[in-house]
Amino acid sequence: MREVFHLQEEYLLSIKDVCKSFSGVKVLKNVCLNIKAGTIHSLMGENGAGKSTLMKCLFGIYKQDEGAFYFKGEPFNFTDPKHALENGVSMVHQELNQVTKRTITDNIWLGRYPTKGFFVDEKKMHGDTMSLFKRLNIHLDPKTRLDQLSVSQRQMVEIAKAVSYDARIIVLDEPTSSLTSHEVEMLFAIMRRLRDEGVGIVYISHKMEEIFQVSDEVTILRDGSYIGTEDIKDLTMEKIVNMMVGRDLDDRFPPKDNEPSDVHMSVKNLSTRYSPIIHDVNFELRRGEILGVAGLVGAGRTEMLEAIFGARTLKSGEIYIDGKKIDNSTPHKAINNKFALLTEERRETGLYPIADITFNSCISNIQAYKNKIGFLDDKKMKEDTDIQIKNMRIKTPNRREKIRSLSGGNQQKVIIGRWLLTNPDILLLDEPTRGIDVGAKYEIYQLIINLAKTGKSIIVVSSEMPELLGITNRIMVMSNGYVSGTVNTDETTQREIFNLSTKYLNNNREAEV
Amino acid sequence: MISLENTIQRKFMGKSKENWKDLIVNNAIYIVIFSIILFIVISEPSFVSLAVFKNILTQSSVRLILAFGVGGIIILQGTDLSLGRMVGFAAVISGSLLQRPDYANRFYPHMDQLPLIVPLLAAIAVCSFFSAVNGFVVAQFKIHPFLATMGMMITLYGILSIYFASGAPGPQPIGGFDDRYTELVIGSTLGIPNIVIIAAIISFFIWVLWNKTTFGKNMYAVGGNPEAAKVSGVNVMTTFLLVYILAGVMYGIGGFLEAARIGSANNGTGTGYELDAIAACVVGGISFSGGIGKVSGAIAGVLMFTIISYGMTFIGMDQYFQYIIKGIIIVAAVSLDTKKYLKKS
Ligand SMILES: Nc1ncnc2c1ncn2[C@@H]1O[C@H](COP(=O)(O)OP(=O)(O)OP(=O)(O)O)[C@@H](O)[C@H]1O
Ligand SMILES: [Mg+2]
Repeated sequence: MREVFHLQEEYLLSIKDVCKSFSGVKVLKNVCLNIKAGTIHSLMGENGAGKSTLMKCLFGIYKQDEGAFYFKGEPFNFTDPKHALENGVSMVHQELNQVTKRTITDNIWLGRYPTKGFFVDEKKMHGDTMSLFKRLNIHLDPKTRLDQLSVSQRQMVEIAKAVSYDARIIVLDEPTSSLTSHEVEMLFAIMRRLRDEGVGIVYISHKMEEIFQVSDEVTILRDGSYIGTEDIKDLTMEKIVNMMVGRDLDDRFPPKDNEPSDVHMSVKNLSTRYSPIIHDVNFELRRGEILGVAGLVGAGRTEMLEAIFGARTLKSGEIYIDGKKIDNSTPHKAINNKFALLTEERRETGLYPIADITFNSCISNIQAYKNKIGFLDDKKMKEDTDIQIKNMRIKTPNRREKIRSLSGGNQQKVIIGRWLLTNPDILLLDEPTRGIDVGAKYEIYQLIINLAKTGKSIIVVSSEMPELLGITNRIMVMSNGYVSGTVNTDETTQREIFNLSTKYLNNNREAEV
Repeated sequence: MISLENTIQRKFMGKSKENWKDLIVNNAIYIVIFSIILFIVISEPSFVSLAVFKNILTQSSVRLILAFGVGGIIILQGTDLSLGRMVGFAAVISGSLLQRPDYANRFYPHMDQLPLIVPLLAAIAVCSFFSAVNGFVVAQFKIHPFLATMGMMITLYGILSIYFASGAPGPQPIGGFDDRYTELVIGSTLGIPNIVIIAAIISFFIWVLWNKTTFGKNMYAVGGNPEAAKVSGVNVMTTFLLVYILAGVMYGIGGFLEAARIGSANNGTGTGYELDAIAACVVGGISFSGGIGKVSGAIAGVLMFTIISYGMTFIGMDQYFQYIIKGIIIVAAVSLDTKKYLKKS
């Protein structure tokens, strides 16, 4: 590992010996990080390693207990986010911090509305948004309210906002968690251009492919400690994983040894009434099968899961379980029919932020914890929660911790665990490993495969191609609301899936101009 | 590129597909209210008259001003139980400072006639101060606004009653108002009641503030997602203080007008007004979940409430029966409002 001998002036940003504790638990231990101007610097580490906390200290959301920050050798310390933004540091936060009831424009310029006398200069704001979007090749109407957008579109808006500050240092904390390859490419193009303009970029992601595609240097944290900084040229995936987890990880995917049997669920003519519309979806899911769903953003994958789960208004469609027609018109009925849906926007739709881990793990399955006289069996809830914490390797002092204080990835794990505890027959998983580190991903894949082996049937929507190829039996590809094909995972290629996912895009070509 | 298709789809298809059923669900509360109004008009056709119309506008004016005040606080995910006491305080201050010189039972027997603006400013200052305290407590100590303002409601009643009893004649209703004061509030200009003109001017002013200024946009942002506002560099504390102070200003003006409208003031003036104002906001679509609400909504909410209560009295409906209908409307409005957000469109 390379020693840090250089003078601090050489660096755009230099973080020295930062320590931070939350209620006595030390989550950052003398962390150092040096960012050169004009580089993309990836920050890596397992869930809970302290990446976001370090960046929040930089950005003035938290105050570090010890340590210092230097900008070109000059010490600085931001007291709040406003201070940071005004001094050339901007950040895309891991959790999408947006005012969803307001428009894109209102969100992008929030905190710095241009004024003309006493009034907000709407015209300038609109114009500036248009030119920003043009520069970044984003095609959205700035007047749209954010709750009309998909998560990935919202993430693009957030990225555009961070860029619009013309900052010298941009922190991107898992910006690609819900983007698909096309948008990731767009983001990388933006990042490379900013780098060439001399901006220093801190990039946090759990997607290995991206790290190698885009970074110049990589710094690795483990358990709140600085492990090392390396040039990307000197790194291999194995080496990064080793530095992150402190041991070798042999495979990224567990053996896929589930055996699909007879048809478990069939979906016929499923169409939704409101946009984004899915058209006439037909497919069969076999017992013990893992069916992947691929497609670009806006292909309607999430909508299809929600439609099956009764969370969308249907125009037509029937669902059969073992040949018998069932009624899934509301999520409640779907749950009673032993369906479970892990939503894409877990933080917003799945968390009880101020409740503890036990509550968040058991809430969806609370019926199962009733004892003979109708009270809840505390002991069983605690046991189950402890098992989840162990199985999913959730990083937390104990199960009484409020879920809000877990790292983003660990929050995800709790919610995944919650749905697994409901013991469903059919699991609908929307981006199940989003934001989860390599080690824990493996555990989750193993869990999914084990569930399939016990006769559960599983649908996995994912934007990560290797993941779909790694754990599914078949892949259904969606394009612009239609199913454009279904392929056997062992016989397909990335190329074929990509072609299928663009199949119905031409219908709307004229809209792109 | 793909995103554009998506937006276009969402925008246009979503609209054209909106069918009758949704139209009805989305506007159910208005349909119910208009049915009631229709019922009133059919049972008593003389309800449709200029005089009634004027009366309704006059009765709505103060309520509307108060609704604007608490409306901003509701947009910040809050509520304000101390509204009624603030109005009472403002009414007592205005009344005590604006009695006819020749009136026998004067609060301040030897005071000269004051310019009208002085008592108005005094009322505004007192309400703004106490409301700012509310805002500070809520923002700084993260106390739920329901509790913080409940404490303020009780405290204020004490302070108000002490002040009320401190006048020369002792704790007696304050009356005998200065003609200039009465004339300003209950007089008319070009046939339009002054109080309605005042409410209209304030509505415009609030509309500009909420929609066209940084203050207004920050208010919606902080109400919609305080965390997002904070990390975008909005000063959350300042926004809270400003919204609560604006509410105080509205209460001050409301109390000033209310004393003259009723013709007297005492320490019980304004009791329960908070519930009327909050109910009107909710019926008008200012959502308790924060970040949502329009000036036009507050106006619609207040007008509908006044029309219904006035109309029901007009056709001679039993007072207690009116309570039942109003209560049901509030709960229905809120449940339909929630339903709108639950179902993804
Ligand atoms: N506000 C808080 N209160 C208490 N503990 C916290 C708080 N924020 C973070 N932590 C703890 O600090 C540790 C580091 O969290 P952090 O969010 O920095 O991890 P991370 O590296 O960003 O992980 P991920 O990849 O999951 O986002 C975690 O163990 C978390 O539980
Ligand atoms: Mg993080």
